[in-house]
Amino acid sequence: MDLSAINPVLLIASLMVAATPLLLAAIGELVVEKSGVLNLGVEGMMIVGAIAGFATAVESGSPLLGFIAAAIAGAALSILFAILTQFAQANQVASGLSLTLFGLGLSALMGQSYVGIKPPQMGDIHIPVLSDLPVVGPILFGHDIILYFGIALTAAVWWVLKYSRIGLVLRAVGENHDAAHALGYKVIKIRLLAIMFGGACAGLGGAYISLIRVPQWTEGMTAGIGWIALALVVFASWKPWRALLGAYLFGGVTVVQLNLQAAGVAIPVEYLAMSPYLITILVLVILSADKSSAPASLGRNFHASR
Amino acid sequence: MKLTNLLTSAAVALGLAAGAAMADTTKVGFVYVGPVGDGGWTYEHDQGRKAVEAEFGDKVETVYVENVAEGPDAERVMTQMALEGADLIFTTSFGYMDPTINVAKKFPNVKFEHATGYKRSDNVSTYSARFYEGRAVQGTIAGHMTESNIIGYIGSYPIPEVIRGINSAYIHAKKVNPNVEFKIVWAFTWFDPAKEADAAKVLIEQGADVILQHTDSTAPQAAAQAAGNVITFGQASDMSEYAPKPRVSSIIDDWAPYYIARTKAVIDGTWESKDTWDGIGAGMVGIGEISDAVPADVKAAALAIKDSLADGSYHAFTGPIKKQDGSDWLAEGETADDGTLAGMNFYVEGLEGDIPQ
Repeated sequence: MDLSAINPVLLIASLMVAATPLLLAAIGELVVEKSGVLNLGVEGMMIVGAIAGFATAVESGSPLLGFIAAAIAGAALSILFAILTQFAQANQVASGLSLTLFGLGLSALMGQSYVGIKPPQMGDIHIPVLSDLPVVGPILFGHDIILYFGIALTAAVWWVLKYSRIGLVLRAVGENHDAAHALGYKVIKIRLLAIMFGGACAGLGGAYISLIRVPQWTEGMTAGIGWIALALVVFASWKPWRALLGAYLFGGVTVVQLNLQAAGVAIPVEYLAMSPYLITILVLVILSADKSSAPASLGRNFHASR
Repeated sequence: MKLTNLLTSAAVALGLAAGAAMADTTKVGFVYVGPVGDGGWTYEHDQGRKAVEAEFGDKVETVYVENVAEGPDAERVMTQMALEGADLIFTTSFGYMDPTINVAKKFPNVKFEHATGYKRSDNVSTYSARFYEGRAVQGTIAGHMTESNIIGYIGSYPIPEVIRGINSAYIHAKKVNPNVEFKIVWAFTWFDPAKEADAAKVLIEQGADVILQHTDSTAPQAAAQAAGNVITFGQASDMSEYAPKPRVSSIIDDWAPYYIARTKAVIDGTWESKDTWDGIGAGMVGIGEISDAVPADVKAAALAIKDSLADGSYHAFTGPIKKQDGSDWLAEGETADDGTLAGMNFYVEGLEGDIPQ
């Protein structure tokens, strides 16, 4: 056992990469749930985003175009969910679950001819001087652009929800859609936009896995990250910064357990492999003890006549 | 009751009809653990399947199912193949061992061939390649090439085949470089690019400049390429799209001759249950071209090992070798017997860490 083999700087840098797909998906779902909609289709939207982004990047040669396509694909799939739940008044849990199953199948079909192909590389940004600084350089200034986008998005969502008028309206719709409707807000329209935002974020998260983190396409490659994102939103008490903390914690433990294994720590591999799930849930459960509650209209369908 | 009768007779009728239609072609089924496009293990088995088709033309019909999980799902897929009239079924992953035996019991007239396992019966053969011979060549190159003296190894499952590979690579790396150290990460998967990429990145971050993998995707190659000064070896397939660097050589499985021979045996009616374990000499294990990133003297040393393994003058496990706990395994000049190798469940002396149970 040789713990000195673990380089903490590289460890932090790679945990940020491991956490980003989860963070993107969780932030999107957080906005959706704040508007009072429970979309369990995150996994499905992520995997469709992963293949749509991968295919576009391979065909066009531009990873950035791939990310844009992934966001569009995720949003497009979420519109299906929106039509079912917002217009056809279908049950949100059932619709979300079927969206995941549909997305997994659709992505496998779309990806048939993309197995085993190398995608174009997305370069890391390199700022002269800053990126070359010891310690902070690799951690703060040596990543790809999407990773920074994820952090910026967290800040933006936090600010919008907390301080802006749009955020206030969104929260009102999520807390009590009848009152919001009575005040003249278009509940369905606001929820539709929130669902699409969630879909786009999930799509981005999926593409981050297939284009940067792995980078390769295989069926089912999101491997449950969408479900972790859903759990993360709940345990983060619908607060963006806590979602960020949770995502980094999960990504961190995932990377640390592999590092411990490589360093030859005498803990059975099975315990190491389950540790990310256990530790993340444990910490967030303790954090959520302050009784922040779910949006009051979460998962309830709205119809103006009622 | 009536309905069941009706269904039964319908099923029997269908079965007869299908049997009659299939009488003059031999149907060969393949069960794959990954996708045929994995660029590694499953890809090579599928090349073998195509070789069978090319060899026999209209006389055989091949079917395959990819991405079959090891476990109950495999049993379902094999049963389905046998019901659809397959005469010979190749099950191409270690984890299909018990399912193959179970299904074979139910279909005594169907021949089964299980790759890398050790359980046989009247209609189940086993076949495997001596990958550890290829690992000896890799270990030699790795030991010469490493500058950090740290070699990363991505293991799949802790089964004898994988442990043999680790031991063989370690023994031969150590032989040319006494300071070499192995870091082993168990991925617990044959094919999961995300996990394999993570494992490769971690090993590289901990100083490994050579990555050996016993998993099937090219993700570790991609991770090594991104990291820069790291070399890798193609696993199961050539993975030449990553040559000349990071991929400096590879172990290639060539199943085609075996698959053709066994299909022919079924057609001729001479098939019988046996165990085949061939290595470099018989051509079942190939060493991919050693790229120019490897210095000429290292390449020569690697090829010398390869040739001596091929003509049988050298065995990859030749004593003196001790087990990890320091107890004696092989005395000076003694070579390992196949029984011990087939069930190998211990590290050799010098390797660190425990094998997960």
